[in-house]
Amino acid sequence: MITVKHLSKAFGGHVVLSDVNEHIKPGEKVVIIGPSGSGKSTFLRCLNLLEQPTGGSIIFDGQDITDPHTDINKVRQHMGMVFQHFNLFANLTIKENITLAPVKLKRMTKAEAEEEAMRLLRRVNLEDKANAYPGQLSGGQKQRIAIVRALAMKPKVMLFDEPTSALDPEMVGEVLEVMKELAEMGMTMIVVTHEMGFAREVATRVLFMDGGNILEQGTPGELFNHPKEARTQDFLSKVL
Amino acid sequence: MYLTNEATGIWATGLGQAFYKSFIQADRWKLYVSGLGRTLEVTALALLLGVALGVVTALIRVAHDQQRSNRVTVSGVLLNLGNALVKVYTTIIRGTPMVVQLMILGFVVFQSSRNFTMVGVLGLGINSGAYVSETIRSGLMSVDRGQMEAGRSLGLTYMTTMVHIVIPQAIKNILPALGNEFITLLKDTSLISVIAGKELLYAAKAVAAKTYDFMFPLLGVSVIYLLLVILFSWLLGMLERRMNISDNR
Repeated sequence: MITVKHLSKAFGGHVVLSDVNEHIKPGEKVVIIGPSGSGKSTFLRCLNLLEQPTGGSIIFDGQDITDPHTDINKVRQHMGMVFQHFNLFANLTIKENITLAPVKLKRMTKAEAEEEAMRLLRRVNLEDKANAYPGQLSGGQKQRIAIVRALAMKPKVMLFDEPTSALDPEMVGEVLEVMKELAEMGMTMIVVTHEMGFAREVATRVLFMDGGNILEQGTPGELFNHPKEARTQDFLSKVL
Repeated sequence: MYLTNEATGIWATGLGQAFYKSFIQADRWKLYVSGLGRTLEVTALALLLGVALGVVTALIRVAHDQQRSNRVTVSGVLLNLGNALVKVYTTIIRGTPMVVQLMILGFVVFQSSRNFTMVGVLGLGINSGAYVSETIRSGLMSVDRGQMEAGRSLGLTYMTTMVHIVIPQAIKNILPALGNEFITLLKDTSLISVIAGKELLYAAKAVAAKTYDFMFPLLGVSVIYLLLVILFSWLLGMLERRMNISDNR
């Protein structure tokens, strides 16, 4: 579904990603772990071109999205993204947050989008917040809404950029719960996280990134119980 | 004692007469009223022009600063060109005195125009635009970057995200500053009298030319300017308080 070839990214002279190669198949739940500064978030943000790669190519659904002739706005409609800081639209109500993109991009009529929004809100038990503004919600509620907002576009893949890192500890569970449900429904997911429990339970594959590259990967069982690289062992000994 | 009283009396009578001549004789107060009307009109038109110029130039600068692709595209080249023009515009306008700009416009560029007031509006608007541009730019930059990223990640275009997400949030930061610009502009309209633009100060000068007395006409328009500024500052304060209330919802 997504093929990454020789991806590199540098900010000025600072190299963040160097020659990353990866292939993600439909239905996979890939969890990316690694120390901060290892390039995890940058890698994820390159996948929908929120960061412009400095080299290499990314093929999504047979289309090279790094090609200047590709309409990136079209591509992004099929890739949902959830951010560490939620980024709900502060000037819109929850319902408007969810319906804005589907309606503006003519994927649904306003009535259809609102019906879909309410259906999704019921799924995360937040239908009573439909007319509230983001400022009135807790962090956990905001992040569940952010997931719903991305799902309203019916994406083929969901990208999660440290979705629980900005949450109070007691709110992490409710967000992970929604993500687990999503995984069970067969959504293709790529998740950058520090939640090792989630990685163990949900991931079909775990990537360990360090120094701008994927150092090691495997099933959660392989990677967590029998890490091969010294760097992976060192990292896991600190976080587990 | 008697002498002093006599002198004060004469002086008081003289003052009274000067006041009478400056405001009441020949219905001269009507000149101030119509001057006041023109001043408000000029302020509103110049602000409109200033905001229009400011919005366009600010959007060009922000769009230029936010383009992240390193590819060479037609729109990229146009943006670079536009950005350069905007920088020249703001540098020249903010780097030269407004009176000089008005005189260049009135006595050089539109030398043959008889519509002095409209030339004044144009000058004030062009000047104000350069300052409004910076106000709007900082307002747009103050909106969290994540708002734009979230919009783009959903597949919305840069323009759609700007119009529906970023600009509505920026307006809250921009409106109070724009109100201050309005008040500054209100006072600056008096400058267009140097190119014979008709407004409040022009009326005062016209009256003074008839009565050979500058004191009352100038004091009179000062009081009017002051009252206007106090009134608009108060209205602005109310607006700001109302916007803060909606922030705490």
